[in-house]
Order: sequence, then C-alpha cells, then structure tokens
Amino acid sequence: MKLQKNSRLALLSVLECAAAGERQVAAFEIADKYGVSAHHLAKVLADLARAGIVESVRGAGGGYRFAANARRLTLHDVIGRFEELTPADARRRERGDTTPAGRALAAVLSEIDQIAIATFRSITIATMLAIMARQVVPRASDPASSRRVGVGSDPATPRRGRRQDGA
Amino acid sequence: MATPPRSRTRPRSAPPARPPAARGATITVRPARGADLGAVVALDARATGLEKRAYWRGVFRRYGGAAEGRQFLVAETGSRVVGFIIGEVRDWEFGSPPCGWVFGIDVHPDARQAGVGSRLLDAISAGFRRAGVRTIRTMLARDNALVLSFFRSQGMMAGPFIPLEKVLE
Repeated sequence: MKLQKNSRLALLSVLECAAAGERQVAAFEIADKYGVSAHHLAKVLADLARAGIVESVRGAGGGYRFAANARRLTLHDVIGRFEELTPADARRRERGDTTPAGRALAAVLSEIDQIAIATFRSITIATMLAIMARQVVPRASDPASSRRVGVGSDPATPRRGRRQDGA
Repeated sequence: MATPPRSRTRPRSAPPARPPAARGATITVRPARGADLGAVVALDARATGLEKRAYWRGVFRRYGGAAEGRQFLVAETGSRVVGFIIGEVRDWEFGSPPCGWVFGIDVHPDARQAGVGSRLLDAISAGFRRAGVRTIRTMLARDNALVLSFFRSQGMMAGPFIPLEKVLE
C-alpha cells in the first residue's frame, strides 16, 4: 500500500498538529522534519484548513492547530481529501481487465484494497496518537534496547507526542 | 456459534453529543444473570434487526455459568442493562496458543461514548488474564467501522491470521 505524496504529507501534518495539542505547529517545522518544500506543504495545509481539520493561527508564533475531533476523524477522512480510495474493481477499466487473467488479478487487487480501506476507516487520529505512544525502535547504538519515538518514527526527531486515548 | 461483535454504523462526520442517559452514570460490570436475558435479546435485536431468544438462551447456558475461561458479562447503569460482552479462552485453534476470543459485544446507542464498551473489554480482559492468557482476539465485518474503530481505540491491531471463506455450491 503506497499513499500519494499529498495524502501522506497531510496525515503526517495532521498527526503533528494533533500531537501538539493546543500548541500551534509552524509549517516550516513540518516541512523541515519531513524534507518537503514549504510551498508544497502550504497547499496541503490549506486543504486541511478548508476541511476544518486544522486551523491557521496568525501572528508571531503562528502556525497550524488541530481543529477536528481526534476520536472521530479517521485516516480515511484525511486521505479521502487527497486521493480517491476505491476498490480496484470500481475504478476505470484498463486494457486486459476482461481477460481471465485480468479478472483474476482485479479480484485479488480488489480484496487488498477493501481491507486497506476498512483499515483506514477504522483508525482515528486518537488511535494513531496512542499507537505512536506505543511505538518502539531500537537505538542506533544498541540494537537490543528500545525507546519510544514521536511522529514519523525518525530516531533523530525529538519526541513531542502526547498520549491521547481513544476511548 | 461465532457471533461477531456488531453494532450499527453511523456517519462519522457529525459526532453525537454524549447522551444524557450515560452522562455521569455509574457503570457496573458483572456476570450475566438469567434475568438479564430479556435486555440482552433486546440489545441484540436493536443492532441486528433479529430477535433470537432461543439462540441467547443457548449462549447463556454455555457462557452464563462459571465455566473456566468462558465469560458472559453485562454492563448496567442504575439497574438498566446497557451492554454486554461474551468471550472465551480457546486453545490451539488455528495453531494458536491459548488466547481470549471476544465474539460478541454491544452497547445501547443511548449509552455509547460513556466508556461502557471500554469497561466491558477491560473486565473480560481481566478475566482472560486470570485464566492465564496474554492475547485477546476478535473478528468482525470489515464494514463495521464503528466497532472496528472501538477495538482499534483499545489498542487492538491486525493479528497474524487472515480469515478466508468460500461460497459452497
């Protein structure tokens, strides 16, 4: 499963903002952390703001703040704003789809898509924050040990996530 | 006799306010009694559209006692049953070491968003721990976003098994 670039960036931005709680997150922080251009990120954040998922905070120290209900907003809700999530068999027909091999392949791809969509629909932002809080990665210097990490699972990234249980 | 966890789904875009019936109410979780069956049947019928009294009597006979590893619990607020959960420890099915299976859960719509489901799952999990298992497992329809989301919020993730089925001709 590979998300389109904007979908992935939107999810990471939403998680950064949700993990920050009431504190607003500067767009350049997210851009730097994930190695994307501020211009590209601005478009994604603007889409998220239009959807009411984040809100723009103006002025010195401004940025973006999570504005949705973390226990209700799902990954599917966010991804769906940037790409179409439909099972393979519901998409435009491609050449060869009516052949036996094409139909068999479409059936398998559709099964995978349906499971992926159900998964995205069932995971809320609050649940993601809880998963993030549980994430452990081995220390670079000591593969046997582990530690918790923040958004992005980048060991070089300082953690600032906070636990937010979903129920 | 697997009864998948179930509940009606509803749109996620407009979360309902916490219902007055659940706000601030004390939730008690206890083993089901025979007198609870009417409420359980009604809860199930509300969710599934089918009233299955004979089925639930059978479930109660099998799970309502103190049989080791089997649990049939209800949650009540005041004296009203607002939810139930059923599960049992199953050994070595599908090659799996003993684990706790949850195969039925429901919470009355008026009592949702108040922690009833969490209390039920916590209680059955405690029972499974006492029975010596360290893994809890369930299975449900992939379009049941509401209950899937609930279990996800409780820390459950996709397990190492994939359900398969086939229509018998």
